[in-house]
Amino acid sequence: MAILLLMLLLPLSLVFMPRPWHKYRSLAIGAVQLGVVVLLLTYIPQVLYGDSLTLTFPWVPDLGIHFSLCVDGLGLAFSLLVAGIGGFIFIYAGTYMRPYGHNTRFLLFLTLFSIAMMGMVFSANLVLLFIFWELTTVLSFLLITFFHEKEAARFAGFQSLFITVMGGLSLLAGIILLGTIPGSYQLSDWIQASSEMKESPLYLPGLILILIGVFTKSAQFPFHFWLPGAMQAPAPVSAYLHSATMVKAGFFLLLRLQPILGGTDAWHYIISFVGVLTMLFGAYFAIMQTDLKATLAYTTINALGVLILLVGLDTSLSVKAAILFLFVHALYKSTLFMTAGYIEKKTGTRDLSLLGGLWRQMPIAFIVTLLSALSMAGFPPMLGFIGKELIYEAQIQLPGISGIILVLGVTANILMVAISFYLVYTIFFGKYNLPEKIDKPRYISLLLFIPAVLSVFSLVAGLIPDFLGNSILKGALLYAVPGYEDVKLALWHGFSPVLWLSMFTAFMGMAIAFAMMKRKQFLPRWQAFTWKMIRFQFTDVFLNGVNNFVDFVRRNDKVINHGYHRIYLMTFFIIAAVMLWLQILFGPGWNGIDNLSPAPFYLYGIAAIMVFATVLTMMTRSRLAAIISLGVIGYGIAFIYLYYSAVDLAITQILVETLVVVLFVLILQRMPVFARISPKRIKNRDMVIAVAFGTVMTIMALQASDINVTAPVSDYYIKNSLVKAYGRNVVNVILVDFRALDTLGEVVVLIIAALGIFVLLGKRSARV
Amino acid sequence: MNAYLLQIAEKYVRWFLLIIALIALMRGHNLPGGGFIGGLLAALSVVFRGLAYTPQYAREKLFMSPENYMGLGLLFIILSLLPSLVLSEPFMTGYWLKINLASDLVLKLGTPFLFDVGVFFCVIGVTLTFLFSKTNL
Repeated sequence: MAILLLMLLLPLSLVFMPRPWHKYRSLAIGAVQLGVVVLLLTYIPQVLYGDSLTLTFPWVPDLGIHFSLCVDGLGLAFSLLVAGIGGFIFIYAGTYMRPYGHNTRFLLFLTLFSIAMMGMVFSANLVLLFIFWELTTVLSFLLITFFHEKEAARFAGFQSLFITVMGGLSLLAGIILLGTIPGSYQLSDWIQASSEMKESPLYLPGLILILIGVFTKSAQFPFHFWLPGAMQAPAPVSAYLHSATMVKAGFFLLLRLQPILGGTDAWHYIISFVGVLTMLFGAYFAIMQTDLKATLAYTTINALGVLILLVGLDTSLSVKAAILFLFVHALYKSTLFMTAGYIEKKTGTRDLSLLGGLWRQMPIAFIVTLLSALSMAGFPPMLGFIGKELIYEAQIQLPGISGIILVLGVTANILMVAISFYLVYTIFFGKYNLPEKIDKPRYISLLLFIPAVLSVFSLVAGLIPDFLGNSILKGALLYAVPGYEDVKLALWHGFSPVLWLSMFTAFMGMAIAFAMMKRKQFLPRWQAFTWKMIRFQFTDVFLNGVNNFVDFVRRNDKVINHGYHRIYLMTFFIIAAVMLWLQILFGPGWNGIDNLSPAPFYLYGIAAIMVFATVLTMMTRSRLAAIISLGVIGYGIAFIYLYYSAVDLAITQILVETLVVVLFVLILQRMPVFARISPKRIKNRDMVIAVAFGTVMTIMALQASDINVTAPVSDYYIKNSLVKAYGRNVVNVILVDFRALDTLGEVVVLIIAALGIFVLLGKRSARV
Repeated sequence: MNAYLLQIAEKYVRWFLLIIALIALMRGHNLPGGGFIGGLLAALSVVFRGLAYTPQYAREKLFMSPENYMGLGLLFIILSLLPSLVLSEPFMTGYWLKINLASDLVLKLGTPFLFDVGVFFCVIGVTLTFLFSKTNL
């Protein structure tokens, strides 16, 4: 475990390698990531045996929050994806991002993302999981807006941040709500309290809150629209975050919670409904796009819908299909995104209507895309075929509503077959209509080599699927579906209904693709028809909503945010005074002031001076006199402190008073002429408020001396000050030891105030 | 502003205030004083200089800028927090180093003192920021 943690954190130091080695930086990080994969693979036998490595540091033990990591089958499966795909992406990104500059920043974000992702899949505490979850959200935002000079990128980043953070907050609320049942956020405690949770009245609200988090993160309908926007990010980011790993986080969380919250009707119906909708929506709108990356984004939405649907179906077969499909999709989609990045780089465009006839110039890109597209379409001998067969099998064997789900699933798959073939055709065949000719490179670019390797993985895994099945898949299933039997995967299943369905899907999909290729007007007309029928874009709805809200706030915030300091103070005093008066008049009542100790005559004298100074402050026509008489009040208070032997307080009071008077004097000449502008009416009103508040505070002070808590906390301080904290000055010991956290808070407040003043007023003080 | 009397007095008052400030800081744990009072006293020495000459002059003569004083203070505070974090005790647990100077004289140095020093510098920085921004320097 320690080695694993070290390996995970190592890339972070590699980001800050000395400048001469920057060329090899991303290569080194990629290599470390692939090393992590090897290390993780060695854990497989242990995980299959049912063991899991755990590591727990208590963090907030009272609330059941621990820094707790656990390597189990499910986490292992996901972490292999994160590190495996990640390793290749880092190597790819090194070449891809070189011309754009700011490589350190990019690599730092990407590295932090991979660490956050790893932290999330290994979290054994739901609060910890949430923290890593939000970290991935923030890093996703930073990576989407990496080209921040582009307005579109900034908007897309804001949109995705807004939606995923909203979902994240909802998730946190759900976790806290459900966490009240076992009284802990530790995953193991949740598993034990599973049945108790499902019966609780909090189950449904908690589940819905968590599901909103899941759906926003995994781009489910109707929150899906941030994902196509996120395509503003550079290609490696799209391949890594927005297809292979981060968008799968919602799916991951569902699997994590499956043994705890799964198995109920609500779980089953809500999740499958949303999944089916997203699946169809993604497949349909993938065809409606003309931008290569947008098309890929919608096919990702389709895949995410399939994954979520399969969790919702909630049979052991469907979960098995889902985990396999997770790998299938990550392999082919990251390949497609990276190839898309390569094509965009070479041709300067990713508009599908401009691309065409590229196979002569890019034979390798063609083969890579073809292999991945076959996997996406679910054709043998790719891994995608096995994935699709399993999905069909799961849908056929579904009790109850299998008919509808199966029909919809087949429909979505037909569309996916069509889009796969159409993509390959439209990019690599047809007419070559780019303005310039592209040179055929003499060497294979790293930008192509990496996707080629991944597509070969897709192929090899399709040919010998048992490696994946009996190790990683089995380990993951061990967690999600306890007591699951052997996982058998094979390309050839024999003639079963599933195979006939597959053939039907392939045939129909190819027919549609053929129509799109041969009849030039077919696809544009179809797209035009769709956009005519559907008049609104989700992005516009979102934008309008945000704008309307901002407008509403702007129009109405004057009610509470008017900018008049005196009215803020007045509001505060009135509310405080009314509440306190209500408490005194209708509460336990007035205790009397019979136990006041006598005071010597000079204290009366000081009090009289203070009263006089107060009246003078209010009446004087000179600002200087007002300031000085305020100072007199302050010093009077200091004397009273002294009499009651609160030396520290007195010193502090005197110093603060002195400073305040000096500061006032220093700025006196810059103030406008002292004027009396308030009319009589306002003055009377203010007087009433002041008297009401002052009186109530006096009563409070008198009452406070009367309240005798059984054991005053001061006794403890006085007793232990010297013994435990080695200090005789109890006030100081309280400040810096017993209640140091309070002092820390106060210091921080002071510094924030000073920084605010520094920024707002002291512009010229920036230079020293 | 040429307050000669103040300017001459300032030479001595400044040192007096600074020494008092340090004494207040050092003895704070056992006798009246402490980081807050010490910080205010030290800040007062600068304020006094600002009164005697001009705030501008006082600012130029500063050892480092008020923001840096705040930063230094926070650094000390963080240092005082580190032991409790590293040893995974409750946050801000005090640790003491006891050095026997003589048979009956034990010097006790602890993280709370470090914390107090941090408060000392923070208060200086904050007060001076208030001062210089109010006088628009």
